[in-house]
Amino acid sequence: MKRIGVLALQGDVREHIFAIENCGAFATEVKRPGDLENLDGLIIPGGESTTIAKLLRIFELFEPLQKALTNGLPVYGSCAGMILLANKIIDGTSDQETLEVIDITVKRNAFGRQVDSFEQELLIPEIDSKPFNAIFIRAPWIEQIGADVKSLAEIKSSDGLMHSVLAREKNILVSSFHPELTGDLRVHRYFIDKIC
Amino acid sequence: MDQVTGTARVKRGMAEMLKGGVIMDVVNVEQARIAEDAGAVAVMALERVPADIRAQGGVARMSDPDMIEKIQASVSIPVMAKARIGHFAEAQILESLGVDYIDESEVLTPADFEHHIDKWNFTIPFVCGATNLGEALRRINEGAAMIRSKGEAGTGDVSNATTHIRTITGEIRRLASLRPEELYVAAKDLQAPYALVKEVAETGKLPVVLFTAGGIATPADAAMMMQLGADGVFIGSGIFKSGNPAQRAAACVKATTFFNDAKVVADASRGLGEAMVGINVADIPAPHRLAERGW
Repeated sequence: MKRIGVLALQGDVREHIFAIENCGAFATEVKRPGDLENLDGLIIPGGESTTIAKLLRIFELFEPLQKALTNGLPVYGSCAGMILLANKIIDGTSDQETLEVIDITVKRNAFGRQVDSFEQELLIPEIDSKPFNAIFIRAPWIEQIGADVKSLAEIKSSDGLMHSVLAREKNILVSSFHPELTGDLRVHRYFIDKIC
Repeated sequence: MDQVTGTARVKRGMAEMLKGGVIMDVVNVEQARIAEDAGAVAVMALERVPADIRAQGGVARMSDPDMIEKIQASVSIPVMAKARIGHFAEAQILESLGVDYIDESEVLTPADFEHHIDKWNFTIPFVCGATNLGEALRRINEGAAMIRSKGEAGTGDVSNATTHIRTITGEIRRLASLRPEELYVAAKDLQAPYALVKEVAETGKLPVVLFTAGGIATPADAAMMMQLGADGVFIGSGIFKSGNPAQRAAACVKATTFFNDAKVVADASRGLGEAMVGINVADIPAPHRLAERGW
């Protein structure tokens, strides 16, 4: 059975743990550097990216985590997780750090405030042809995408432009939306079965 | 493929993202920045913290939109604001400002002694206070997307917060132990809709996130609330009425994350300077107890 960690400093940790367990894998919380050992994959949950980044530093998890990811630990980040994994961010706080492991630039709160948060049926051809009910909460989007990064889903924003909201570079997966809130396990299965 | 805003999933989901975090009351831009720097997951923008409302008396109302907008412009984390119980026009104003969450709060003077706001009418999600499970389920039935146990705001006395979180979680455990045919009477006793009572009995939890609030003033208070089953904490007067707000704010954030690790909570508790002086809830005459507002 695969062992999947969930970074458990803040955010919707419990929903990711349920999703992992419902996929038939073993889920474990990651709060300290030692928790990163013997994992087949890691999920960075939704939450407040500024808070999680600060807690990574305070509890001396930032560098061990960055090292594990650089050494190839598969990782999936949803929403705040996407922001934390990105090489660059737009509209972060002045001192906001990221792990810089995927070649994308992410715009924080790109779709707006909570009043603009929404659900939308999303097509993810890489997974299958059935639409995915995607939940976007104060969500970021991918503003710039590196040459080695593949966009797996896009949506049109109010500015009329298409923006990537799901992308993969090697064994790093990021989404703007929250599959963990839906009970639809397809994105988690894709990560656990195809990437980990 | 249409984008749909304001759904229950989107409203409740927003609260899920705040779990394991601390939401701090702030009265100006400077405090909002201190809160964000300390790792707050959101701030509650209001003109007077509960301790000052208590001290100064008078009618407490929604904050000035200018003040709320300044705070929105100064931080990137979610900004919440309070409307009076039942005051749907204040809530409409807050929605038009684009605040991220509205707290229909007993800390302000109630505007309606019978009806709470019909929260389903709004795109913005609401958090409401509760002292017991029946009250929590009535608020959820009206559309609340997040519940906080009330405690007694502005006191620095955590005892009522303890009572309320223990009551709510205890009543949930009791419901989960009942046989299906016993749930009808349970709903009658709780004065709550049967469908919600049944849902809680089956899942063993509220259908929305449950934070705690009211009198939390130290890292140890925060850790205790988390161990008692809260998903996160609101800290009102406890931070900015203390000797060293920046340090106390950061300490409460640490203790909320590592609530089960006494060593981390001990370290967070060192050298914080003066805590807010506080008032014992028992010394407050009944008409001035905020937790009793809400029906």
